[in-house]
Amino acid sequence: MDDVLQIEPLAGRRFAATGIALEPAPFCERFSLRAGPEEVAEVGKEIGIALPVKPKSSKTLKKISALWLGPDEWLIMAAPETGLSAKMSKLDGTLCSAVDVSHRNTAIYVEGPNALAVLNAGCPQNLSLTAFPKGACSRTIIGKSEIILLRESPERFRVECWRSFSDYVWNFLVDAGKSAQI
Amino acid sequence: MSISSASAGANRIKNRGRLNRARTISFTWDGKSLNAYDGDTLASALLANGIHLTGRSFKYHRPRGILSAGPEEPNAIVDIARDTARRQPNVRATVQEVFDGMQANSQNRFPALIFDVGAVNDFFGPFIPAGFYYKTFMWPASFWKHVYEPFIRRAAGLGTAPTEADPDTYANRYAHCDVLVAGGGPAGIAAALAAARKGKSVILCDENADFGGHLRADIHAQIDGQPAMDWVASAVAELRSLDNATVLNRTTAFGYYTANMVALAERVTDHIADPDPELPRERLWQVRAGTVLIATGAIERHLVFHGNDRPAVMLASAAQMFANHFGVSIGKRVGVYTACDSAWQAAFDLHEAGSPIALIVDTRSEVPSQLLAKANDLGIAVKPGHKVTATSGRLRISSMTVEAENGHGKEKTPIDALIVSGGWTPSVHLFSQSRGRLKFDADNGRFLPDEVAENCICIGGCNGAMTLADALDDAANATGSKPANCEETGSMVGYQIGTSNGKTDSAFDKSFIDFQNDVTAKDIRLAVREGMLSIEHVKRYTTTGMATDQGKMSNMHGLAIAATELGREIPDIGLTTFRAPYTPVTFGTIINHAKGKLFDVTRTTPIHSWAQEHGAVFEDVGNWKRTWYFPKPGEDMQAAVNRECAATRNAAGIFDASTLGKIEVVGPDAVKFMELMYTNPWQKLAVGRCRYGIMLREDGFIYDDGVVGRLAEDRFHVTTTTGGAPRVLNHMEDYLQTEFPDWKVWLTSTSEQWAVIAVQGPKAREIIEPFVEDIDLDDMPHMSIREGRFCGVRTRLMRVSFTGELGFEINVPANYGRSVWEKIWERGEPLGLTPYGTEAMHVLRAEKGFIIVGQDTDGTVTPDDANLSWAIGKKKTDFVGIRGLKRIDLVAEGRRQLVGLKTLDPREVLEEGAQIVEDPHQPIPMKMIGFVTSSYWSENCGRSIALALIENGRAQMGEKLHVPMANGAIAVEVCETVFIDPDGSKLNG
Amino acid sequence: MLLIQCPYCQEDRPEIEFQGAGEAHIARPANIADISDAEFSEYFFIRDNTKGIVFERWRHTHGCGRFFNAVRNSISDKFIMTYKAGEPKPELTEEQIKAAAPISKKPAADKPEPSPSKAEKAK
Repeated sequence: MDDVLQIEPLAGRRFAATGIALEPAPFCERFSLRAGPEEVAEVGKEIGIALPVKPKSSKTLKKISALWLGPDEWLIMAAPETGLSAKMSKLDGTLCSAVDVSHRNTAIYVEGPNALAVLNAGCPQNLSLTAFPKGACSRTIIGKSEIILLRESPERFRVECWRSFSDYVWNFLVDAGKSAQI
Repeated sequence: MSISSASAGANRIKNRGRLNRARTISFTWDGKSLNAYDGDTLASALLANGIHLTGRSFKYHRPRGILSAGPEEPNAIVDIARDTARRQPNVRATVQEVFDGMQANSQNRFPALIFDVGAVNDFFGPFIPAGFYYKTFMWPASFWKHVYEPFIRRAAGLGTAPTEADPDTYANRYAHCDVLVAGGGPAGIAAALAAARKGKSVILCDENADFGGHLRADIHAQIDGQPAMDWVASAVAELRSLDNATVLNRTTAFGYYTANMVALAERVTDHIADPDPELPRERLWQVRAGTVLIATGAIERHLVFHGNDRPAVMLASAAQMFANHFGVSIGKRVGVYTACDSAWQAAFDLHEAGSPIALIVDTRSEVPSQLLAKANDLGIAVKPGHKVTATSGRLRISSMTVEAENGHGKEKTPIDALIVSGGWTPSVHLFSQSRGRLKFDADNGRFLPDEVAENCICIGGCNGAMTLADALDDAANATGSKPANCEETGSMVGYQIGTSNGKTDSAFDKSFIDFQNDVTAKDIRLAVREGMLSIEHVKRYTTTGMATDQGKMSNMHGLAIAATELGREIPDIGLTTFRAPYTPVTFGTIINHAKGKLFDVTRTTPIHSWAQEHGAVFEDVGNWKRTWYFPKPGEDMQAAVNRECAATRNAAGIFDASTLGKIEVVGPDAVKFMELMYTNPWQKLAVGRCRYGIMLREDGFIYDDGVVGRLAEDRFHVTTTTGGAPRVLNHMEDYLQTEFPDWKVWLTSTSEQWAVIAVQGPKAREIIEPFVEDIDLDDMPHMSIREGRFCGVRTRLMRVSFTGELGFEINVPANYGRSVWEKIWERGEPLGLTPYGTEAMHVLRAEKGFIIVGQDTDGTVTPDDANLSWAIGKKKTDFVGIRGLKRIDLVAEGRRQLVGLKTLDPREVLEEGAQIVEDPHQPIPMKMIGFVTSSYWSENCGRSIALALIENGRAQMGEKLHVPMANGAIAVEVCETVFIDPDGSKLNG
Repeated sequence: MLLIQCPYCQEDRPEIEFQGAGEAHIARPANIADISDAEFSEYFFIRDNTKGIVFERWRHTHGCGRFFNAVRNSISDKFIMTYKAGEPKPELTEEQIKAAAPISKKPAADKPEPSPSKAEKAK
């Protein structure tokens, strides 16, 4: 039945203020990938992207992004047309665990000269370009919610959170966006 | 704001001060309209308008005036209002900037400031000594509630709290920098500039509107060949222009926490007449700094003498600030009483600015000759080696009585203001909060920073610098730079602490140590005589240094007097602990964004909006909003729940179970891990089948439960309770990571990946059948799981039941949840499908005797207590809790066991939590043998049903017990926990 | 707020990303089903709760998700070191212990001599 609708939790929301714009990211496929140190190379080969092993780092290749979240944990993301699901479904469970979490998370783009100030209203990490350069990613906190933060460019961040937290995270970013200008 | 050259007070000094006088702004003081200039504080504006009397003291209601020009102000504590909702009590008039339309009011007076009935306390002062409340309100005990407490409540606390909700918003900012400079006086500015020029990331903050610290009160000093305040302006401008520097004025560093975290409170709009409503009123900064440069300066001390608290007695530096920065004269005949050089310069400035100095009294017999010479040049009378022993004047000082150190030459001098200085107290608050150690500088009567506990350096006045040159040297040393040149500066040499003059032995002595708390020198002495030997005890007994003072003004005098009385040295007594906040911080700043809808996270499911549209009432379960019930027009909760329960048993119900916790356990060691975490055996669970699992803690008590489905040899779909999901995952990760790190198994939370739609009831299969693809429903027995498609989208279809009916739980990817729900609803509604909420779910499961962890268990219930022994793998050699279950108390006779209860009157519904006794006529206290855990009206049973934990419950089937309530005991009969379909025929249908 | 070095993320991270997880180096007995009441009590209920140097567990819950161990002075709140779960309990050097020690407070302030009159009354 192709009339079943997919409804993203933040569909239709927009916000902009001085130096800041918020926008829900389009739907993408996401997998929580877990593998031990011995299997990292082989798993990476299977999905066609060498998994980053440096803490707080990410890698994007052929429109597939791999975010280091922990020593045996990555978030793999790609647009639906990339065919990520097919690749992941071929992974052998003796090597790793690949679990579809496409619908568990949703994401918000935070962009503008005040992006850092907006995020630092609730995120306690040092987000300066030296400490958190382009491509850096980390699971962390904003306000009272857990998020995954990815810096796509100096002034553009992707904030991933669980779907039921997304209303809170959005509202927090809006509140912070209004007060970011010093 | 009016653009005019209208006067903003009669006491403005011509050609003095740094305020822009092009425009005046108007405000009210106790309802009277007054003018001020942009940049005035309320204190400077009141003084400009000739108002010295600003409040009544806390205990004695003595008239009090403005003592200081900064945050240390103990007297001029006022109420500031913007409108009825935006009103704040206990604001220091010396900090609050005047804005157009501001309404300022005095506090602690009734009915009026100049005539206050509470002032009789002043006359009765001798009868309100230190510890008065402790001594007086002790007996009889019966007086407490109706006599003492109301009296104390009325007398306690200054100001009145606003009654409306705070409409303002507040913000937070986490920040990181190489160097945080707390304090924007000369040392702080020089250090910030030097560090920023070296490329360090720098945050400079100062509590005042204008940078410069004490330089603002100075009109003589030169730095780098220019007037000091010009140097300040250009340095601050340079810092503001640098990308690596953040400059924050009106920002107080109020707390120093572990690992160089310093909290700042930035006042964003309190000085603005018509602030942008989007702007936060205040912003909390949580700064993590590589190095903290503490440049918090020093606070001038008052002197202790009889009558030292009259209005128009003021710190010398404050008078100098009012004259030189605000251009305000504090009097026309000013007395000076000092022990310190700096007050002489203040006197000269005032004298030259049209406030003639009547007399300079210095406690020291030897005063630097250049000061004496300058006084002589200006024709000012001086009395070195003298002291002030009394003052007069009711609402403003009118004279001071001076005598020589030996008591001779007593003379009364008429004055209309008195400026005082007992020397300077370095502001070591922040340093002390950082747990750094202080050392006593006996030569100058003060505590100075000593050993550091955090990565911080004290510079300038707080480090003991007594001249501008010393302060700039400190800044240079701290930053490895060259000090700025300076000239024409005074010094802060000279001090007096702990000496009190006047009626020292008299009960009527009014030599105040702590103005705000009305603590006098004699109170300190009395406290020591009454056995308070520790300074911490003296502080609490007398209340000296408490409230907003926090040791700013009162500390050194109180300490020195206590030391003298104890016959010990000051360093042996030590200081009371300095605590954050340095100055009061609003609750708004502390909670910042966490108000209104950001107070806490509200989690909703993908189906929430449908439930809202269909009139659902929600209940909070943790952070979740869950559908409680769906009332139809005219239905109350009970009617709705009855209908929902009946419909589910007779046709079918549809329920949003999306909040259930879900964990995917994957890997070759998955089954081994499941064996460890749950009591049940898992090896033989076939792929495609489900099992109800029980999880214990190591102590043997039930921790969580849920249905687990095996998707593959190496993959389990585990469900947990809604509230238990995060802690269950944490518990699992703990064992996996720290006890069995070599096992090849991984855990992933999928709670929010899946929307879960439960369809339960005899028509469940009929309703869902047309949507199911790639799954043979006829080959799905109770407790099975299949992967396939539902409504064309990927599904994990489980045949499970928490109702005792034929039931399915349809897992679909969350974004499809609402749409799939609507498809089922569209088809099911004509067949009698009824949406039900958590209340009906609770009733339906209780009818079947299914427990809810956390409701029928409380962390002290074992599987056997809950009749779940069958779920323990008897042949297993290990699982979490296996040893705990063998503990003596857990296998003892007489444990509370879960049973059903039926009230003898079937219409009576028991209260959950009610206690159960055998004999309701036994004497009180009765022996309670258990309590009700779940209780409902069951429409399907046509009577009330309940579950209870009762001692030896299973052995008491059919026994009559009693539930004592306020209106008499309710008789109940113990029964099995299953009230409906005990052989499970509906379930397996 | 503490700053905690996560041995997996290899950097200092703010305390609110972490959860404390109790005393470290308490291994679950391999034969747990067979241990005595006393041994179970020792394993499950008894903790040292030292004032001073503590070996404790943390989880970087809102970060990499890893459990790890830390050595901290519970008085000064200063960390001596953190290390990965499963690594042996480290031997501490005198310098390490000293570096985390709190600054001593003045000794005389806490125990004042009783005044003569009180002492006499006591007799």
